Amino acid sequence: MDSVAQRLSAVGAGAALELRGVTRLFGALAALTDVTITVRPGERRAVLGSNGAGKTTLFNCITGDFPPSSGTIRFFGEDVTHFPPYERIRRGLRRTYQISALFPGLTVQDNVYLACRGVSRGRFSFLRPGQNDALMHAADNLVQAVHLFAVKDQRVAELAHGQQRQLEIALALAGAPRFVLFDEPAAGLSPTERAELIEILTSLPAHIGYIIIEHDMDVALRVVESVTMMHNGRIFKEGLPQEIQSDPEVQELYLGGGHE
Amino acid sequence: MSLAHDAQLTVGRATKAQRPARTWPEINNPAAWAVAAILLIMPLIASGFFLIEIFATTLILGTMALSLMFLAGYGGMVSLMQLTIAGFSAYMVAVFGVSGNANISLGWPWWLAVPMALALATAFGTLGGALAVRTEGIYTIMITLAIGAAFYYFTNQNWAIFNGHTGINNVATPHFWGVNWRADIPFYYVVLAVAALCYFAVEYLSRAPFGLALQGVRDNPRRMAALGFNVNAHRVAAYAFASFVAALAGVLQVWNYRQISPGSVSVGACIDVLIIAVVGGITRPIGPFIGALIFVLLRTFALDFLVRLGLDGNRFRLLIGLGFLAIVFWSSDGVIGLWQRWRQHQRREVSRSGGGRGHG
Repeated sequence: MDSVAQRLSAVGAGAALELRGVTRLFGALAALTDVTITVRPGERRAVLGSNGAGKTTLFNCITGDFPPSSGTIRFFGEDVTHFPPYERIRRGLRRTYQISALFPGLTVQDNVYLACRGVSRGRFSFLRPGQNDALMHAADNLVQAVHLFAVKDQRVAELAHGQQRQLEIALALAGAPRFVLFDEPAAGLSPTERAELIEILTSLPAHIGYIIIEHDMDVALRVVESVTMMHNGRIFKEGLPQEIQSDPEVQELYLGGGHE
Repeated sequence: MSLAHDAQLTVGRATKAQRPARTWPEINNPAAWAVAAILLIMPLIASGFFLIEIFATTLILGTMALSLMFLAGYGGMVSLMQLTIAGFSAYMVAVFGVSGNANISLGWPWWLAVPMALALATAFGTLGGALAVRTEGIYTIMITLAIGAAFYYFTNQNWAIFNGHTGINNVATPHFWGVNWRADIPFYYVVLAVAALCYFAVEYLSRAPFGLALQGVRDNPRRMAALGFNVNAHRVAAYAFASFVAALAGVLQVWNYRQISPGSVSVGACIDVLIIAVVGGITRPIGPFIGALIFVLLRTFALDFLVRLGLDGNRFRLLIGLGFLAIVFWSSDGVIGLWQRWRQHQRREVSRSGGGRGHG
């Protein structure tokens, strides 16, 4: 825990992400009810909960894919509640999707290049990138970091599932991320790929915090220092991983409830 | 491996590896060089009729369909108003320039009238695009078709600017440096130059950030927003570019026929552009030109062909329709798709026979 405390104090005080009373309605259905969360810069947190607990809706509200029905969202102190998604992304927020949201008609390299281009200038540039284009180099390095260099010129539609999940993560790490939302990054991965995922997550630079939705406790509890438990669209419990794991209410609700 | 740290540290180590040059369209195909050479020396081979009625017309229609291919193939937006934008541009050349209808035409020289027409038609198409991007799929088709139909009926009924159903006749064409640029051979080269420029612009743009981002918008608009792109702004910009291409084709069209009337901007003609693009294939910029060649050949010769069979020559559209059905049925990506599959099949055959010998 010492290293965690050191890391967090090095990043500084204040909140990376601050949700106050966030509610999201779909018609009469409340997918999120009065959710209040504060996450410090550099903090790594897991969000647990059964299907329909509101985990992905929480992500959609934070990124603006679906704006909240009420409540406020602050990102590094700035009120982004009414910002379109791309404005939040340009401020350093990133996300991955539970079901890979890639560009199947483009190559791996082009997918990552688009991610790098999206958070820098020249999105409308009519000029092709040259041999020494800085963003092309950044994309190359990102492709290497997620072990996809060998297939970088293949179209994404031709990739295996595990490779698509890795690309999904690469897209979220382009540019200078300050906070990342990982939506079940380990879904459908083999044990080897899970180990690689854990390595990628734990070796992220200290200033990058994240929230991870993950059903696999082995993955989730190894890469976070705090846990938020959700149930029926509300925050149910918050605490350290050990506390949550040993909490009898949580066990009854989630861990004991037919979890694989 | 630490991602962001290494991203800074390893620049240059892994990435100096060879990468195909992305700076210019890939012109390494011998067939492309052959086609280019034939197009350049065409006036030596073809008569005036073939030069203008077949090849120049093909290139003009192909450029209009190219603007649709850009929107549909790269952007996933099927716009039926590309011919309307070209027609608007053609009308503006006639209205601002010199024509037989002196009470309407302002009499500007061509070098003023043409930029004016291009600017207005691009603005017109961009506005239409700004409406259309609020919708997806079939609703985009409906909105753009509605714009095309509205423009057609408006030109029919407006006499002050569009001269109603008679249209504007005897539109002047450029004469300068002692050359009549509407004479067959100079005009062919003007059309060829504009079509080639548009073709290479689209080809080049497909690998530039703007074009790549457009293909990203086509594949997954929601993810594009989650990567920092303003998706609607990108779509509107794509309409602006495509409108400019269509507007260029419109200028060439009014110079070609020296007149413009509502018949040229009818709903049927709007759909012809879609047929041309789909028959040729909307996955690559060469597709619309192949489609246009097939369309023009059928339109020109099907009549004689049908008469020779003892059928009504006016049924040539039946042939076009049957051809359209056949191609869409056999190949969802047009003639280009057929060609690519044939090439892949050939390659497989070669590798299979090669492998067989290896074993024997």
